[in-house]
Amino acid sequence: MGEEFNPSKPIYLQLVDRISWEIIKGERKTGEKLPSVREMAIQSGVNPNTVSRTYNELERMEIVETKRGQGTFVTEQKEKLVELREQLKINHIQNFIEEMKQMGFSSEDMIEGIRTYVTNEKGNQS
Amino acid sequence: MITFENVSKRYLTKQALSDVNVSIPEGKIIGLVGSNGSGKSTFMKMIAGLVSPSEGKVMIDQESVSRRTANKVAFLSELDAYYSFFSVKETIHFFATQFQDFDIEKAHDIIDFMDIDVNQKVKHLSKGNRGRLKIALTLAREVPIILMDEPLSGLDPMVRDSIVKGLLSYIDLEKQTVIITTHEVTEIEPLLETVIAIRNGKVLALEDVETIRERDRMRIVEWLKKLYQEEA
Repeated sequence: MGEEFNPSKPIYLQLVDRISWEIIKGERKTGEKLPSVREMAIQSGVNPNTVSRTYNELERMEIVETKRGQGTFVTEQKEKLVELREQLKINHIQNFIEEMKQMGFSSEDMIEGIRTYVTNEKGNQS
Repeated sequence: MITFENVSKRYLTKQALSDVNVSIPEGKIIGLVGSNGSGKSTFMKMIAGLVSPSEGKVMIDQESVSRRTANKVAFLSELDAYYSFFSVKETIHFFATQFQDFDIEKAHDIIDFMDIDVNQKVKHLSKGNRGRLKIALTLAREVPIILMDEPLSGLDPMVRDSIVKGLLSYIDLEKQTVIITTHEVTEIEPLLETVIAIRNGKVLALEDVETIRERDRMRIVEWLKKLYQEEA
């Protein structure tokens, strides 16, 4: 039934994250129509008012646009999506650094760790 | 809007509700949660006008609940209320004769959506399909208030899923308010916008579910446990 949600974060924000992620990964293309509020509610098993709130938030972030009588579309302004991608990158880095700090690693440790990891991965692929 | 004003209900030996004061917001799917015997069913039946308060008033749109307000409320009870020798189609037509607001076309749409054969006799339907039929009969009424008492209980996950999808497909929250009691709270948690917690006939809290997640970082069940502990 529906999907799993994290119990400690509002669902409307979890849907915002999920849809943003789908757009960045190219699963939802620029200019593409999003499902109607009702369809999205049925697909995800989520309250329609929660989905409306998600769409409003995405609109506020200028990632989607609502056209009267036609529905909600992924924005065609590429720069907004570039911005979103940058933002998601920063969020991920913040989370990473936060957790590494809690484990007691210094900034140098982290950078060194990433460098080694990336080099090894390249080595494994070739 | 539904309002309870100082509502108490005593049965012979049992206090079912005591001094309940609550206003229920419109246009939402609301979960009524509490342990067995906490007063949930009495609460629902009062809105439907099937039980009257010993004290206080239950109002719908500023009017005391009566036979007249009953046409604003569709009530799906825990019990089965139809003639088992009817076919599904006959049951739909029977309901249409009982309720002026019953939309036959919508009922057939929902039955179709639920994949039930209209020519089958009700007594030959599986338990799951009887559950689905009850949902269809309830949602086919064009009323502002829909009450569902344990719509998911005893049904398998596939049936529960189709009931939730049917509900989401056929309600209109711009015009309708839905109140659901269920023990499967976690399962329908994303469906609920607001919860009312009830214990020993008292309403402990009415809260937005997103607020519970954000402020308390809890599921409804955990939140309810916490309220019960604080009260005890």
